[in-house]
Amino acid sequence: MSPEPNGPKLFGLLAEYDNPDALVAAIKRCREAGYTKLDGYTPYGIAEVGDALGFVKSEMATVMLCGGLIGAASAFCMQWWANGIDYKLNIAGRASLNTFEWLYGWPSYIPITFEGGILTCALSGLFGLLAICGLPRLHHPLFNVPAFANVVRDRFVLTVEATDPKFDLPATRDFLLSLQPLSVAEVPE
Amino acid sequence: MATGVLAHDTHGPGGVPHVAPLPPAVGGNETMGSVVDTIGDIATCVKPHPRQWYVAFAFGFTLLGVFGIAVTYLLTIGVGIWGINIPTAWGFAIINFVWWIGIGHAGTLISAILLLLHQRWRTSINRFAEAMTIFAVMCAGMFPLLHMGRPWLFYWLFPAPMNFAMWPQFRSPLAWDVFAVSTYFTVSVVFWYVGLIPDFAVLRESAPTKVQKWVYGLLSLGWRGSAYHWRRYEKVYLILAGISTPLVFSVHSVVSFDFAVAIVPLWHATIFPPFFVIGAIFSGFAMVLVLAIPLRKWYGLENYITDWHIDCCAKFMLATGMMVSYGYFSEFWMGWYSHSEFEWGTNWQRMFGPYGWSYWCLIFCNFIAPQVLWVKKWRMNPLILFLISIIALIGMWFERYVIVITLTREYSPSMWGGYSPTVWDWATFMGTFGLFFTFFMLFVRYVPMISMTEIRELLPKRAGGRDGHAMAEGPP
Repeated sequence: MSPEPNGPKLFGLLAEYDNPDALVAAIKRCREAGYTKLDGYTPYGIAEVGDALGFVKSEMATVMLCGGLIGAASAFCMQWWANGIDYKLNIAGRASLNTFEWLYGWPSYIPITFEGGILTCALSGLFGLLAICGLPRLHHPLFNVPAFANVVRDRFVLTVEATDPKFDLPATRDFLLSLQPLSVAEVPE
Repeated sequence: MATGVLAHDTHGPGGVPHVAPLPPAVGGNETMGSVVDTIGDIATCVKPHPRQWYVAFAFGFTLLGVFGIAVTYLLTIGVGIWGINIPTAWGFAIINFVWWIGIGHAGTLISAILLLLHQRWRTSINRFAEAMTIFAVMCAGMFPLLHMGRPWLFYWLFPAPMNFAMWPQFRSPLAWDVFAVSTYFTVSVVFWYVGLIPDFAVLRESAPTKVQKWVYGLLSLGWRGSAYHWRRYEKVYLILAGISTPLVFSVHSVVSFDFAVAIVPLWHATIFPPFFVIGAIFSGFAMVLVLAIPLRKWYGLENYITDWHIDCCAKFMLATGMMVSYGYFSEFWMGWYSHSEFEWGTNWQRMFGPYGWSYWCLIFCNFIAPQVLWVKKWRMNPLILFLISIIALIGMWFERYVIVITLTREYSPSMWGGYSPTVWDWATFMGTFGLFFTFFMLFVRYVPMISMTEIRELLPKRAGGRDGHAMAEGPP
């Protein structure tokens, strides 16, 4: 619900705190009041904020595990195919040339298999994190609010987004003011 | 009793022994804002850089010039300008490679392993230790590349489909090395950069000029500190630490396989992987101290890199120095106990042969000199600690020298030979210091050298730690 039909569209409302405990308490109150499109912004990661928002477990462990396993399997198969099938190398007594030749040499494939797994695990962590968080992005509506610049310094910010079904500008603003923030600001889209 | 870190053997109520609380990881009366001001203003050049920065940078940049000359001459003439020959076919190239990459390992140990072990004192030194890792691995990588003689064909090392339809020999430790070192470099950069993202976001807001805001803004990737993002971020950071831990052990183990897989006496030993890893950490901590002691003085960072941090690093050095010394003893012992004529003979040559002086050098630098660190008063003296660290770095270089020089006294006297580095060997080696210090000084100048994010996390007592673990009780 925009403030005026022709005014700038609203991303949501922002409430600013100077300590994490107040932010966590405010998030809990908002959730009790039925708001769902909430977010908390902090200068460093605070587990309790994520818990209060109901985002208890992230998906990153799964992403990185899958990435690592795919990388390790690919590295193993690459070595087996390159040295065992495509161009057989039988030097220095390192492999036998019977039916299971590739199998007999397998321990010497392990270091590269391990490194391959670690490499893809790390890269899937970085790129997975960015992709799932929707980063990098050059701009975000929150950057329109000057007060938000302090969130990376020493402020703790709560946002209620306008897409929240319960969002109603005057009522939500009054509600946020009742949570005793340092300030409340409108975030234009 | 002196106020040691864990040194109070008093008993709490009920006779339960308790330990005194750890000293604060952040000294003084720092607040969230003052952390940003102190550390961020160095990176954004709001605070002028001390004169010593310019001296250090000029020193590094000059040596970088030496490196440029050495490499240009090398590429013009070939590796014949080095002292390498049979039997010592790698000489300085492998000594310096192992030395540099070993130095890098302390950075990963501090940032990854100590994170997993909840060691709060890692926080203020992990950022520049990670930078040290990256630059040291870059220096290390120079040597195998240049030793190839045709460095522009480096991609032959990788399994790239090429028209001669051949693949690397994946069962060779040298091929493992390529993957281990390139993975190590990549993962170190990823770990470092992921840690830097929130700090770049801080600088984006606090930088005074438009250009800085723009550059730091791009580097911060639009980070805005959402709780959803933090939860994912911290999980990624934790897992990166978790995978870096076996990685750092694997890398130096693979490096030691370059030697241990060969059947040269004293190389073909199962102790090599742990011996190499511990030596790496020993030299790495020495380098951390060599960098940290001047930096904290020049930039007045005593509240962040406190005496406690320096003390912990010194203890680490003492412990790893003793473990490395155990390795020397073990080599000697196995030579004697195995009744192998060659093992024993090579040991004897190592100690009293033509290069015997280098063996006693390493015993002095790595075993005798660090004993000074037992005394708290001495290890808390920055000058003494700095000197011991330099000695340890020299000692660890001699360790690799002694190992490589073993090739001059192998099984049969017909294989014996000599090795002496030329001025170009030295120029290349000294040149990599230029590479290292140039990059490191630029890092100090443009990147927050201490993690502002993690330091601020230590400030409030009730701060949630990484991924739901409460931080340890006690002063922040």
